[in-house]
Amino acid sequence: MTLSAEFDQGAFVRALLDPDLPAPDGLEARHGFAPERRFAVYRNNVCVGLIDALAERFPVCRQLVGDEFFRAMAHCYMREFLPRTPMLFEYGDGFATFVASFEPARELPYLPDVARLEYAIGQAYHAEDAAPAPIDVIRAIPPDQLADATAALHPSTHVISSKYPIVSIWRRHMSDEGLAPLELDHGEEALVVRPQLAVSVAALPTGGSAFVHALEDGRTFTQAVAAASGVAADFDLRGCLQELLLAEAFTAIRVSR
Amino acid sequence: MDTRSVPEQTRACAASALPASAGVGFKNVHFSDIEASAPDVGFFEVHAENYMGAGGPPHAQLMQLRRDYPLSIHGVGLSIGGAGRLDRDHLRRVKSVVDRYAPAAFSEHLAWSTQGVSFLNDLLPLPYNAATLAHVVAHMDEIQEALGRPILLENPATYLRFQSSDYSEIEFLREVVRRTGCRLLLDVTNAFVSATNLGFSADDYIDAFPMLDVKEIHLAGYAEDVDEVGDPLLIDAHCAPVQEGVWRLYDRALARRGPVATLIEWDNDIPPWPLLSEQATRAERFLKKDRLPLKTTPDRVRS
Repeated sequence: MTLSAEFDQGAFVRALLDPDLPAPDGLEARHGFAPERRFAVYRNNVCVGLIDALAERFPVCRQLVGDEFFRAMAHCYMREFLPRTPMLFEYGDGFATFVASFEPARELPYLPDVARLEYAIGQAYHAEDAAPAPIDVIRAIPPDQLADATAALHPSTHVISSKYPIVSIWRRHMSDEGLAPLELDHGEEALVVRPQLAVSVAALPTGGSAFVHALEDGRTFTQAVAAASGVAADFDLRGCLQELLLAEAFTAIRVSR
Repeated sequence: MDTRSVPEQTRACAASALPASAGVGFKNVHFSDIEASAPDVGFFEVHAENYMGAGGPPHAQLMQLRRDYPLSIHGVGLSIGGAGRLDRDHLRRVKSVVDRYAPAAFSEHLAWSTQGVSFLNDLLPLPYNAATLAHVVAHMDEIQEALGRPILLENPATYLRFQSSDYSEIEFLREVVRRTGCRLLLDVTNAFVSATNLGFSADDYIDAFPMLDVKEIHLAGYAEDVDEVGDPLLIDAHCAPVQEGVWRLYDRALARRGPVATLIEWDNDIPPWPLLSEQATRAERFLKKDRLPLKTTPDRVRS
């Protein structure tokens, strides 16, 4: 085995990711001409493929900043963060954090939280299947028993709390409704669940995500209400339960006897 | 030198139970069309990596397709041509998809896509020499042993040549087949694209291809460009109908091979279902053309 037979894959990748570098040594085009243009096909495939994957993953972010801006931002992201597995549906887990520190996007302070919401939607889409608990069974639980009960939430459940109205922003861009001006002076807490095959997105009352996190940690409903009240003194338990039931976010309620 | 390490029973399994008819690469946007029209398609093929989530619509749809049609699973992430160690976590994920769906065939590429822990999402080229052959053979052995079946290895679309290549692509593929007992997936578009880009005869490539080992054919549309000296540069873009030159080459391949499972791949700028289905119908006409039968070697008596 000669030394020339060894293939320096690392040099190939460095040149792929840095358009300022020449094509790696040892390549030739047809008839021995310079391989730059041919090598550029691989460069382009890698860039466009990953940028497209992010564009598909974050459609509302893309609408919010426009296609050109989004692709430039996604390009910066992919040059710094390549996928860690061949499962492209996991790609972009750090995109929201990246967007938060991306100087040119500072004018849209809600963009990182919208990215978080869109990533959660993708996670919910691929999450484990589970049958939601029938709503009438849950409704039939007497309030005094519910107080000490714990809950199992659907494996697709995600909550994202934001200083901005991310659910309203997301909805407005997912539907074809006219783009009425949106007040940015309040926050929203998003609930993402996929009880059957469709992912649903709802807004929980303030404190709702603390409530859900507490339930996910195995706390009782009473303890979860306390956690939520720490966030919002006037936590709307009734409204929160209503949204969770409508979204079919519970797979079981465990009443202690 | 015989470096076989795969157990006899693995080698004896059939590499493909796909019917000798035309299939289509499944896209979830077509699911409702397929559900509504129950089209007469020979098989569907999916990318393994899209079915590695725990649940949700991808699995619900694939379960239903698998009930109604033969299934081929095509991997894009094992990085068989990579210089490093095979990603065992990924191999486990592939195995779990293959075990779950028991497809009629599993195929992967003579290419690499991972460097260290980074996935580059493209099928990248490798030189063909003794060192890379040893890597590819070791990776194929490991994969086939894990999956408990022979797999199909696909010829890549290439844009340039390595000075360190000592084998032709066909010599390299033959050697991998001889040493690992794998079979081949002949991508006719890739052959056409590589021949144009590297300036060799696509006809000669098809005539020299180890046709007895071909268990599946891929057809796709390429994109056209030119390089800096004005030479044609074809890109394997899976974004268009299959071009006439590729159909002609396909016909030439079938004349040597006889009818074999043929997939229409269309992954970008995905067309409406009827247009995709029409491509499969056209492939079916080539498959049904009267030709002299070719005697193929049964899988289990190969030596």
